[in-house]
Amino acid sequence: MLDNLDRLDEHISSPRNAGVLPHANAVGSFGAIRWGDAVKLMLQVDPRTDRIEQARFQTFGCSSSIASSSAVTEMITGRTLDEAVGISAADIADYLGGLPLERMYCAVMTYEALQKAIGSYRGEAELSEADAAPSCKCLGVSQMMIERTIRFNRLTSVEQVTHHTKAAGSCSACFKQVEGLLARVNAEMAEDGLIGPGDAYQIGSTSPPAIDLKPHGAPQPATNIFAAKAAPAHLRAAPKSAPSRPAPAPAAVGVDAPSQTTLIAEALDELRPHLKRDGGDCELVNVEGNVVYVRLSGNCVGCQLSSVTLSGVQARLADRLGRPLRVVPVP
Amino acid sequence: MNQTRVPPQPANICYLDANATTRTDPRVVDAMLPFFSGYFGNPSSKHALGAHAAMAVRRAREQLQALLGAAHPHELIFTSGGTESANAAILSALEVAPRRREIITTAVEHPAVLSLCAWLEKTKGIRVHVIPVDRHGHLDIAAYREALSDRVALVSMMWANNETGVIAPVADLAELAKDVGALFHTDAVQAVGKCPIDLQSTAIDMLSLSGHKLHGPKGIGALYVRTGVGFKPQIKGGQHERGRRAGTENVPGIVGLGMAAELAAEAMADEDIRVRGLRDRLERGVLAQVDHCVAIGARAERLPNTSNIAFSFIDSEAIVTLLDRAGIAASMGSACSTGSFEPSHVLMAMKVAEDTVRGGVRFSLSRDNTDDDVDRALAVIPGVVAKLRAISPFDADAGPLLGRSHA
Repeated sequence: MLDNLDRLDEHISSPRNAGVLPHANAVGSFGAIRWGDAVKLMLQVDPRTDRIEQARFQTFGCSSSIASSSAVTEMITGRTLDEAVGISAADIADYLGGLPLERMYCAVMTYEALQKAIGSYRGEAELSEADAAPSCKCLGVSQMMIERTIRFNRLTSVEQVTHHTKAAGSCSACFKQVEGLLARVNAEMAEDGLIGPGDAYQIGSTSPPAIDLKPHGAPQPATNIFAAKAAPAHLRAAPKSAPSRPAPAPAAVGVDAPSQTTLIAEALDELRPHLKRDGGDCELVNVEGNVVYVRLSGNCVGCQLSSVTLSGVQARLADRLGRPLRVVPVP
Repeated sequence: MNQTRVPPQPANICYLDANATTRTDPRVVDAMLPFFSGYFGNPSSKHALGAHAAMAVRRAREQLQALLGAAHPHELIFTSGGTESANAAILSALEVAPRRREIITTAVEHPAVLSLCAWLEKTKGIRVHVIPVDRHGHLDIAAYREALSDRVALVSMMWANNETGVIAPVADLAELAKDVGALFHTDAVQAVGKCPIDLQSTAIDMLSLSGHKLHGPKGIGALYVRTGVGFKPQIKGGQHERGRRAGTENVPGIVGLGMAAELAAEAMADEDIRVRGLRDRLERGVLAQVDHCVAIGARAERLPNTSNIAFSFIDSEAIVTLLDRAGIAASMGSACSTGSFEPSHVLMAMKVAEDTVRGGVRFSLSRDNTDDDVDRALAVIPGVVAKLRAISPFDADAGPLLGRSHA
């Protein structure tokens, strides 16, 4: 799609006016690294004529945000502040020959940075509290910014708001909040005659994103009442083996004791090539009743999977001997 | 008819995005072609043309069985691809064990699994345990053991990660699931054809794979279901695939997948040695030439073809766009997450630093790549990164220039 947009392409491949402007007297920035985009605009304004003599930008973000920043520096150079302050996000997108819909926020972001740069030059009051507190926490979009954007760009659907501000774009947590805000602002806009009364957004006319990408992993109320109860004892799996305890006193050495130890040693020897292939090793230390003491060495030491290895060894040994065994590692 | 003709070959592109899809091998195309307009029969038909198609499907099933080391050919069900396979495996596992209402999966899973789990959690009240990973991409085995219980219907864990290539010890993980009587499904879409698989010798119950990741055609995949494991069809409407997946078989696709499986088995040694060499040269070259970048998951056991390098202070979309302009096709994490404004969930799960997590670029090679491709990439990447770093307001010395909040 981007291939058709020649102008956009040009600003992506060779951005204009990138870099630091050392003698800037009007600086505005928007965004932060953790929210995925940041634009910093630096302007050099002639105080006598209020004309922007030079503009430069620094941008962290996708190709569209770089292109938008590059475009805006080109658009405002040589203009007066009054002209520059009237540039809207839509103008920036148009200058580039249009932006992909879901990248409109790139133009909005650049617009916000420009407004701040001009505001700072004119010594306008710093941001109000409401502008500093993010409304969409995932992406750090403030309520005031969403409201402005809805107004200036005459947005009438949640999808448009997401495209322009990223709000509610990564999860559904702030969907209701954004929806309520949109409905309120649209109602005001309809009163002011900015949009037709029929165009105003009505709460509930969009369903929140059907699927969040990620499960929350929190327990959900079970709809199956049987699942809520603990399963009966006979259905439950055997309890997990307890942490290694001191071995029980060695049983009286029976007649079969040596042959059993030999069997275990043989079985272990069969397994060792598999362990060695992964750079580890395992040697038999002692056998006491049903407890087999082994020493892990090589890569097995400190390997997070050593417990898996041990349970595998345990299963094989139990198979060979035909009765349950416990394998306990010793340092 | 005034059709616009697509040029037969794209311009000279250095394609380093094999985990997204691979070129269909010409030998695979040759094997498929007769089944479009020559032997076009329906395998369910009783006439000779149908029998011919049925035979081709049977042969493909055996070719795939050989690649996977499955005990029987009928353990494989042909599907439309990895996503359908994974969906069928998870939904079926919940259906065969209605009293078990929990699923265990990992934080780095493909959206095909993760978003289905999120949906099940939200609408069906299924409890989902998401097992975290550490910085290297290793699973937290203690958390996994903790989550296992007789309430778990299914454990679904990927064999190899699509974004980082990190390989999970699925055979061992499956043994643990077996201890509590849970089924074990593995999303092996990236692993099949790249690492040796012998399903007979493992406790894995189900495995998903996709044709187009191993030089087969798109739109075909398979689900392995071990004999004796209960399976409920998720697509109903006929007795195709032994009543497990209704719908007329995609005969050309199946033939292509069979051929691709056979070729993948032959090429696996080449992939493991030559492609690994190319990947390592690319990765070391970039790390040596570019400051402030990190190879994600490089200390874990990885697929031989994948390198995920995260560049600090710049955005992966911008890097990929500029690389594309220079004729190099790479990818920003998983192609499936475009449209979302969040950084890659895999890199987030691996706790990559905040100033780096949005700069992850995945280079994934295949047997089609040559030394030339690596040379071209190495000639371009440092320049692209330097260009974007010059534009970025952030760097190592100045720190976060714009602060951590709205400035």
